[in-house]
Amino acid sequence: MRTNRIADPWGARTPYVPSDEVSANGPWPVRVDQLLEGDLSDADIDRWVQSAAVLHSNGDGLDIAVKDGRIVGLRGRALDRVNHGRVDPKDLYGWQANDSDDRLTRPLIREGGDLVETDWDTAMGRIVERSQELRAEAGGWGRFGFYTSGQLFLEEYYTLAVIGKAGLGTPHMDGNTRLCTATAAAALKASFGTDGQPGSYRDIDHCDAIALWGHNVAETQTVLWMRMLDRRRGADPPRMLAVDPRRTPVAREADIHLAIRNGTNQALMNAVLREIIEHDWYDTAYVDAHTIGFDRLERVVAGYDVRRAAEICGIPARQIEEAAELLGTSQRLLSTVLQGFYQSNQATASSCQVNNLHLLRGMIGRPGAGVYQMNGQPTAQNTRETGADGDLSGLRNWENKEHVRELAELWNVDEIVIPHWSPPTHAMQIWRYAEEGSIKLLWISATNPAVTLPELARVRRILQKDDLMVVVQDMFLTETARFADVVLPAAGWGEKLGTFTNADRTVHLSEVAVAPPGEARSDLDIFLEYAGRMDFRDRDGAPLIKWHDPESAFEAWKACSAGRPCDYTGMTYDLLRGGSGIQWPCTADAPGGTERLYVDGHFNTDPDYCETFGQDFTTGALLDEESYRAKEPHGRAFLHPAEYEPFPETPDDGYPLLLTTGRTLYHFHTRTKTGRAPELHAAAPDVWVEVSPDDARALSVAEGDLVSVLSRHGEMQGPVRISNIREGVVFVPFHYGDWDREDDEGPRAANELTRTSWDPVSKQPHFKVAAVRVRKLSDGGRSESPAPENTASAPAAEEA
Amino acid sequence: MHLAHYLALLHRSQTKLGEAFRTVARNHADEHDVHAICEKLAAQCDGHAEQLAPFAERYGEDADREPDRLHGEIFGGPREGPLGLLRDLHDLYLMACECDISWTLVGQAAQGARDRELLAVVQTCQGETAMQIKWTRSRMKEAAPQALVVAS
Repeated sequence: MRTNRIADPWGARTPYVPSDEVSANGPWPVRVDQLLEGDLSDADIDRWVQSAAVLHSNGDGLDIAVKDGRIVGLRGRALDRVNHGRVDPKDLYGWQANDSDDRLTRPLIREGGDLVETDWDTAMGRIVERSQELRAEAGGWGRFGFYTSGQLFLEEYYTLAVIGKAGLGTPHMDGNTRLCTATAAAALKASFGTDGQPGSYRDIDHCDAIALWGHNVAETQTVLWMRMLDRRRGADPPRMLAVDPRRTPVAREADIHLAIRNGTNQALMNAVLREIIEHDWYDTAYVDAHTIGFDRLERVVAGYDVRRAAEICGIPARQIEEAAELLGTSQRLLSTVLQGFYQSNQATASSCQVNNLHLLRGMIGRPGAGVYQMNGQPTAQNTRETGADGDLSGLRNWENKEHVRELAELWNVDEIVIPHWSPPTHAMQIWRYAEEGSIKLLWISATNPAVTLPELARVRRILQKDDLMVVVQDMFLTETARFADVVLPAAGWGEKLGTFTNADRTVHLSEVAVAPPGEARSDLDIFLEYAGRMDFRDRDGAPLIKWHDPESAFEAWKACSAGRPCDYTGMTYDLLRGGSGIQWPCTADAPGGTERLYVDGHFNTDPDYCETFGQDFTTGALLDEESYRAKEPHGRAFLHPAEYEPFPETPDDGYPLLLTTGRTLYHFHTRTKTGRAPELHAAAPDVWVEVSPDDARALSVAEGDLVSVLSRHGEMQGPVRISNIREGVVFVPFHYGDWDREDDEGPRAANELTRTSWDPVSKQPHFKVAAVRVRKLSDGGRSESPAPENTASAPAAEEA
Repeated sequence: MHLAHYLALLHRSQTKLGEAFRTVARNHADEHDVHAICEKLAAQCDGHAEQLAPFAERYGEDADREPDRLHGEIFGGPREGPLGLLRDLHDLYLMACECDISWTLVGQAAQGARDRELLAVVQTCQGETAMQIKWTRSRMKEAAPQALVVAS
């Protein structure tokens, strides 16, 4: 039987109770979701090929159905610890994109203004020639920028990291994970000493309360939401708190929904923590034994009584009290945090307050008590681990000379080659260097900044600069690829071998199901070929990159990870084959992986082990090693307080509304894949502009009317959806660029409107706060907007 | 008693530093982080000057004369490009350092004058000045290799 997972995205409920384990994977019942093309049945399938989900960060274990050398369907892996057989609708339909007619099959180079087909030798030759030219002069390292993705595989990131850090010796490596989960990493480092998610998805099986901080999990990680819903439908369900200016499915399900004004998370958190302390809901013994900084935290939050916070956040004080009581009286509290915090004002500071809540209550490292500082993309965790983004490989500390020495020894290069004079360059600064002209080669892999970065008019200007060579490596001719000087056709998921790691540290192997189309190559092969042609050498004159395929790259990575929090040394491809994904650290001592971190309340804050010596939350100023050591952390976690700081761009007469951007259930990123799956495309075919019923009345706009949204940074247009969003707030989904439209249609990307600014600590851009005005362009003639009706964008009437 | 002399000196240094942060914010608006943080720090400096004002009055009648600046003007106006940014941040750093040592001396004097109120102000504000120094230092260290070796 084929269920329609567009109409019913979460599928049938399988309620369960927080019992002790009933199977190796815990009490959550198995429900295997499957979709095969046309009338095919299991008997028609030639083979099932093991993989995992790549259209979100949940890491659901999947099997790809192959028939006659084509992907023809998908099913969930029943024995995987993450999903117990379930499949997100994006994955269930999204695999069809692999087989699209418009896949890139040959390299392209720019000739006389146009992109024309060429062969690999010519395309790579052009990149290498320019690279050698740029590298020849002093400071050559500084002319390269690598802007990667949250969607490559671990082996690819690690190879790229070594090319950049030990080959070219450039700190200019980051990716769109900066837009997505940089704050998760920053908050984890700041509170616990290193990156690494403390919790396990199985905490849902045991918790008695779930708090979702700016996390519309029902749309971004649907399988995780199914697990939460199944607990909610069973006996003894967990209570639920949602913080979100929109009336999301999570908000509708929650016992308490705080629809706060976007940009005010820090004020809310301070008031919540004050309540927790005032009511003596904190665990004095845990705080004394395992944390540093309680007195300062208490002093700062003392200034935020619920009335003050209520005024700042624009919600009733009573709601904050109720929320604090839910959080303060829970015995096994689970928190999840995502873009509502990460892409908003004071991102790192407010995300750290969620860590503080758990530290205060001693709710870390035991079943049901955990915090997920989430990821948004499937392989974001790996770019952080390997150092293909703004981190040092193996979650090492760039300020720790011993850590740099370890890498120099591992890679057999001179320490001075490895850039460690300051923090690795963050994405927004890489783009700035390209804008000002000092970066002259920008290599973009598997991501689409022409739609995803803030202030797109500026991004387009940079991509078009004459003195900037843009290399784009992708499966499709994206909005970004159109600006490239060289386009390299890449193999995608199901066409290449490798591993990747989800938000709860579960590592999965993804096998080759089918051959890539035409001349497309895996990203690993592309990087290896570049390294070979550039002839990067180690200190003894041997080739720098000593691996040649995914498995040998994985083995090389294991050596880099040894002894660090993300220790993979106990894993092999063979161990990852056949069964469930495995959580790192996985070592000789913990061969089955590690379910939860910090079970003994000992954190990674030792000065010789930690990943950072800290930053000031207001300015991002680096704090020094000496003062870090003086705190004598001894494995205790840091309680970092912060005052609320209003966002500088506030609504005024000219721009009276507050914009927030975000996601819908049916699309991932810029729809490069989901927009090419007919069911997903039909579910959310075009952009929309969400406003509240009161704002719609004030603006004299009706459902379906075409409006212009204008900010100080740009304009976009779209039809109105009147939803139950908070009054004064406008929502626009960020998925919609123009790859599938005619040139003469109006601009529709949400990021035309967003502002080039970022969090001082995590450097994550502010996508959730910009002042805008909305103006009606034309009557929609009572037609409905293309927004989905069973998600956060549900029409106001339906819900009322 | 010469405390008023130093209070006036510090007041003037804080006002100048606030103006300088604001000028750098305005003139390097394309460096979006520099712009945002300099605006924030300019407001901090204004706050410092404001908090000093009542004490200038309290000790004002003892003042011998209008204080000269210890040093000549450091911040001579904005510059352009990566090198210009570095030089401007460098000036901000030196100006903040001058405030920092003045805070120290005013703090010492507050001890001698047994002025708990002034001590409390010094404690809060000097901490912020110290962070301003750390920030300009961090930002310059980040920018220096690219500005001095790579940029043309």
